[in-house]
Amino acid sequence: MKFTVMVNEGPYQHQSADTALHFVRAALEKGHEIFRVFFYHDGVNNGTRIAVPPKDDRLIQQEWSNLAKEHDLDLVICIAAAQRRGLMDAAESKRQGLDADNIIEGFRISGLGQLIEGGIQSDRTVVFGD
Amino acid sequence: MATKKFMYVNRKAPYGTVYALESLEVVLIAAAFEQEVSLAFIDDGVYQIAKGQNTDGIGMKNFSSTYNALGDYEVNKLYVEKESLEERGLTADDLMPIMWEDEDEDWAEKPSVRIVSRAEMADILAEQEVTYSF
Repeated sequence: MKFTVMVNEGPYQHQSADTALHFVRAALEKGHEIFRVFFYHDGVNNGTRIAVPPKDDRLIQQEWSNLAKEHDLDLVICIAAAQRRGLMDAAESKRQGLDADNIIEGFRISGLGQLIEGGIQSDRTVVFGD
Repeated sequence: MATKKFMYVNRKAPYGTVYALESLEVVLIAAAFEQEVSLAFIDDGVYQIAKGQNTDGIGMKNFSSTYNALGDYEVNKLYVEKESLEERGLTADDLMPIMWEDEDEDWAEKPSVRIVSRAEMADILAEQEVTYSF
């Protein structure tokens, strides 16, 4: 089955960020296809590379990044939600005249149309949030 | 492109968290995709379309007028759960008169808001193909 997954909450703040990661991993292990993972609301914070949790804790952003590399996943951060919360890729940072970017490898920034397209193209859309 | 039934479930009050505002942003973008769109308002979500919203004291943008523009995007099925209204002491009169113009009937103005029971809402949700929950 082909899935699009929407992640609406931030890492550490809310378990749904972990649950979404576990769901995607389990779906891939069962041979399903992940068409896209779309990060919205505070979920965009799953895509920062500037995060240093305590050493004995998981690094959720890195786990997404690793999973993306391993399975060639399409991880999309919503640009409107990202701009509000200070998530920038290099191109967007430059366009906005800012001095830094912070997106971790494996994620890309794009528009809400990517979420709707995911809904149209996939057999199931699964939302993880509060 | 295939047409699917899209449902946006709104469960949160309009201010206090950003869910309602960002849900509306998705609905407006989605309108360009020419899908069959419905909105549901349940729990505190019913406050999103309450009349007379005033955000002067909290320094947030009052975006309630945007719901009145949904008809122009052919978004005209706004289902509101009756029990959620009742539990909050609200009636249909407390909601904004959100309308749409039916081009098949000489642009007659029709109400977009439909108040349905909890059981009817369950049936409506079961009919959907893509459901986003906010």
